Amino acid sequence: MIAEAFRLAARSIIRNKLRSFLTILGIVIGVAAVIAMVTVGQGSSQQVSASVEAMGSDVLVLRPGRREFGPPGAGGRARPFTLRDAEALALLPEVGALAPIVTSSQTVIAGNANAATQITGSTPDWLGVTNWSLAAGRNFTPAEDNAGLAVCLLGQTVRQTLFGDADPVGQTVRIKSIACQVVGLLAPKGAGSFGQDQDDVVAMPIRLLQRRLAGDTDVSTIQIKVAGGVSVQEASSAIQQVMRERRRLSIDKDDDFSLTDMKEIATMLNSVNSVLSGLLSSVAAVSLLVGGIGIMNIMLVSVTERTREIGIRLAVGASARQVLTQFLVESVALSLLGGIIGILVGLAMAGVASRFMAIPFVADPMVILGAFGFSALVGVIFGYFPARRAARMDPIEALRHQ
Amino acid sequence: MTTLIEFRNVSRVYGQGEAEVRALDGVDLKVDRGEFVAIMGPSGSGKSTAMNIIGCLDRPTGGQYLFDGTPVEHLSPDARALLRRHYLGFVFQGFNLLARTSALENVELPLIYKGLPRADREAKARAALAKVGLQGREGHHPSQLSGGQQQRVAIARALAGDPMVILADEPTGNLDTQRSHEIMGLLKELNRDEGITIVMVTHEADIAAHARRLVVFTDGRITRDEPAEGAVA
Repeated sequence: MIAEAFRLAARSIIRNKLRSFLTILGIVIGVAAVIAMVTVGQGSSQQVSASVEAMGSDVLVLRPGRREFGPPGAGGRARPFTLRDAEALALLPEVGALAPIVTSSQTVIAGNANAATQITGSTPDWLGVTNWSLAAGRNFTPAEDNAGLAVCLLGQTVRQTLFGDADPVGQTVRIKSIACQVVGLLAPKGAGSFGQDQDDVVAMPIRLLQRRLAGDTDVSTIQIKVAGGVSVQEASSAIQQVMRERRRLSIDKDDDFSLTDMKEIATMLNSVNSVLSGLLSSVAAVSLLVGGIGIMNIMLVSVTERTREIGIRLAVGASARQVLTQFLVESVALSLLGGIIGILVGLAMAGVASRFMAIPFVADPMVILGAFGFSALVGVIFGYFPARRAARMDPIEALRHQ
Repeated sequence: MTTLIEFRNVSRVYGQGEAEVRALDGVDLKVDRGEFVAIMGPSGSGKSTAMNIIGCLDRPTGGQYLFDGTPVEHLSPDARALLRRHYLGFVFQGFNLLARTSALENVELPLIYKGLPRADREAKARAALAKVGLQGREGHHPSQLSGGQQQRVAIARALAGDPMVILADEPTGNLDTQRSHEIMGLLKELNRDEGITIVMVTHEADIAAHARRLVVFTDGRITRDEPAEGAVA
């Protein structure tokens, strides 16, 4: 009987192709939105955990100013650190390695080509602390760093812009007044947690940047790798204590610096993610509701149009239940069709979005199954009322209907 | 002969109080198995109401209706649907076939609700169409068939469910004289050869003449009940 009802439903849907399509459009849009949203959301949270993994979960970032979240460089007005702070912290047994960092936006010129990029000044330990490696050439040495010699490392994006695929090692690039010798090429790293291009970078000794580009002795960030066998908490409290002493903060004063570990950043990013997808999902839910009402509307029209057919069916011995089943199956078939198309459209949209946002494409079978089940549910809920109306018809009246 | 349809003081009242209409007013009627009864009467005489009650589409508001010895006036809509499904076949004036559906599928309709497997359904429907002389037209839609052919499909549909009774409500009302007599010939054949009881409403005397018994309704009561001319022939 159910199989028969499905056959009938399929026939009636095919008979009214355009109407069926318009009817299920709301469901298609709703399901597609949910699927696209969740798929992109899961992809980006996987991206976040991957980038945290890459950074290492034992990395702490020390910034001047109160605790606040945001992309690097969004720090407040509090006193910056100096290289002496970094040196003091390096002496702590809880600290494995650290890299003081200063950044500056500059244009890098080589021959006719130029690239606007981010210059990162740090110590030779920077590569180790940030889990980065070189594709070619060598790192700059502590001696070069101390002397502030004009040497630098190019990121892949800058290298592409300036030299194409050619080997940049040994070449000279100009940054403002500095003629800087390229000694190494950074390995490709890809997009960061905020979607920024991490390869769009030039690294140089911190003292060179301070003297020749910034003109001061400030350090904006210190990235710290916790020593082996020491917990992030232990290291945090040791670093906090040293920094409070060095910045002469009395007991009643709050920290004027912040210490963030990567796990925290990941949590924060993921929560932003889930708020966003929750918001969009509720929009999608409204769309599903509207889609369901659309199905109800069309089913009511269909029941009225087919009054005579219902009368005939009742006369030849269909029970009210069988008539109910027939119309319910039809509305479920409609909404399921909408759901299936929506799933396909949503996955396609997510696929395109993932490619653009350079995040992994994660199709979760549970979500797809859920969307499938939910669209069936919409069909049952919104199909029930019209189906009941059909089932409750008086056969005599229905047969008389013109 | 056993009694198949029995009305005991059946009445059917529509509306209440001032607006009350007594469509049937204390009707007693017995139809035996194998009979061919024509019901006649002017509009509003109650003949259609009687038909609807016999067909279990409607219920009497008073009295008793026994079908094959069982009182059915208190049955639920679903129980009445079961009765229709297994014992009754309908033929209507307007044919009432499903549009855009082949003759074969139209005839299969009652068998779907009987729960027959698809192959059996098709075989039975083909046999029923053959019996009404429509072999070779199984795939035609109602719009591709003449009125007479459409009514044959409707008769095949009534026949397919192996009914005890066929209820025909003005079966020739939409047909010309020649087709009308052809359809009546078919009904007579079914009554004679298959032993199917037939109750038919008509307002044409020459159509009623095909039956063996004539019942005339006037103002909700039976005013005549006599052998029809066909009984003699």
